[in-house]
Amino acid sequence: MTEYRRAYRPADRRLVGGVATGVAGHFGVPVLYVRLAFIVATWFHGMGVIAYLLLWRFLPLRQPDLSPGLESATRRGLRTSGRPGAFEVFQTIALGAVGIGVMFMIQASGRGIAGGLFAPLLIGVIGLAVIWRQFDDAAWGRWMRQTRGLGFALRVGAGAVLVASAGIYFLSQERGWSAIVDLASAVAVAGLGLLLILGPWITKLLGDLSDERRERVRSQERADVAAHLHDSVLQTLALLQKNAGDSAVVATLARRQERELRAWLYGNDEKPGDSLVAALRASAADVEDAHRVPVEVIAVGDAALDPDVAAIAKAAREAMINAAKHARVDRVDVYAETDGRTVEVFVRDRGVGFDTDTIAEDRMGVRGSIIGRVERHGGTATIRSRPGEGTEVALSVPVRGDTNQAEPPTAPVPTEEVSP
Amino acid sequence: MTTLRVAIVDDHAMFRTGVRAEIDGPVDIVAEAEDVDSAVTVIAETRPDVVLLDVHMPGGGGLEVIRRLHLRHPDTKFLALSVSDAAEDVIGIIRAGARGYVTKNISGPELLDAINRVAQGDAVFSPRLAGFVLDAFAGTIEVAQVDEEIDRLTEREREVMRLIARGYAYKEVAKELFISIKTVETHVSSVLRKLQLSSRHELTRWANDRRLI
Repeated sequence: MTEYRRAYRPADRRLVGGVATGVAGHFGVPVLYVRLAFIVATWFHGMGVIAYLLLWRFLPLRQPDLSPGLESATRRGLRTSGRPGAFEVFQTIALGAVGIGVMFMIQASGRGIAGGLFAPLLIGVIGLAVIWRQFDDAAWGRWMRQTRGLGFALRVGAGAVLVASAGIYFLSQERGWSAIVDLASAVAVAGLGLLLILGPWITKLLGDLSDERRERVRSQERADVAAHLHDSVLQTLALLQKNAGDSAVVATLARRQERELRAWLYGNDEKPGDSLVAALRASAADVEDAHRVPVEVIAVGDAALDPDVAAIAKAAREAMINAAKHARVDRVDVYAETDGRTVEVFVRDRGVGFDTDTIAEDRMGVRGSIIGRVERHGGTATIRSRPGEGTEVALSVPVRGDTNQAEPPTAPVPTEEVSP
Repeated sequence: MTTLRVAIVDDHAMFRTGVRAEIDGPVDIVAEAEDVDSAVTVIAETRPDVVLLDVHMPGGGGLEVIRRLHLRHPDTKFLALSVSDAAEDVIGIIRAGARGYVTKNISGPELLDAINRVAQGDAVFSPRLAGFVLDAFAGTIEVAQVDEEIDRLTEREREVMRLIARGYAYKEVAKELFISIKTVETHVSSVLRKLQLSSRHELTRWANDRRLI
């Protein structure tokens, strides 16, 4: 399955149409350069504007895909979202002003677009920008879809004015050698007016409602999860009351509930089979529940769970279990880093530690399920520990990318752990 | 040493009470506020040394508080406290000027330690924040689209960040790398400065991109 990256216009960070921001994001260049390119291209027969409008039409608008907690916090004004700052706005206005200045200079020198066309084209482009911008906004989109009421009257009025002005423009022109070009531009303006009037039906026909449908499905799913979570909070509260005397049980219950809520509010709904990080988090949760030791997972980058990566995830799980069981600590740290070439996982505790020389050959926990498992997949595993100074298990496997082979057959590995 | 003057800004009254109970005494709690406007007012009035600042709050969140106060009161240090681990918000508030980030389930003594560190002008990097920072600056060494020194981490800074992300305390980082704690603090402060000053476009759109991969 090839997933290719699609360009899109970010709904939350656009100034006009979000085209420049979207293109900059897609190619990984500063947005300033993209804006400059559009403006410079405009000096050559308006290419920049045409490209901008085309991209605007064809790049999909995308709302930021926030977790439910962040979405709600944004709605309630609890956070400042990443809208373009004042600096960016001024910078773009300044750029635009310079661009328009140069445009006029080119016009004045007589090498630009034919004089009679320039003004109507300019007005047409600005009108188009204003209208499309409003199409993009959800609230405006609804306004544009109205087929009755004040919004409808205003919109049809605006369209009618445009159609009429195109007609007047056409009639007022002397029929010269450029009549055909003029006629074409007049038709374009008239077409724009008709588009304004007929816009709602056209957009409906184009299946604009698929977004709404997707949103509805998503919110139903979320409502189900929310109901499940609230139910589990009630269960947890009941258990807490029953076990009020046992502080260890209370802490574990609270921690588990916190984890669930946090994952729902601020997580990116990942499943244990999806990726390395998801697998590590799932293991951490299991270890927390079974051994009542908080396991903190920090991850930089992520990798698909191919057999190699799955092996390192399993080894890390064993290391977490060892730490939770034997280190006698109140916290285990797990750090995973993926840079595209290697996957590294560190499992660390500040516990009692042990003498690494004393790992007996037959202690399958460390030998088989950690070191052996990783080495079979071309990786390395090192265990650093000294009595009294904690233990750190460092695991690393190379990323192969094209792995399809299963884990090499081995004798079933009993998961008995080494004693410290 | 005089007692530090601390303000607690959080929209949950229960949390404010809890923090007050845990740290009042060793530090002097001079103000409490529950939204952006009241926070700006009381902080300007009482001029605390350190402000414990919730990330999500009515009126635009902790970010807005820092934005309004940072230029006028550069001596006031901000320590971000949060239940959410939303990377974009954490990085955002650090970029606005907070000197550190801790989660709300931090213990009393750890919180006091963090407050002291921030008051002295050092940065407080939890493992989670170190992870976010590495993520934000990821790939810049070899890609090097941006040549400015401020836009990437040095090899040493990355090492320090990675050890912090692995759960090492500053003291342990120092021991591991055979450097002094002071040097570790210098590296961390330098990372903080880069995080705040860098205009790398990756930093601003990074949060969105992480989900795309």
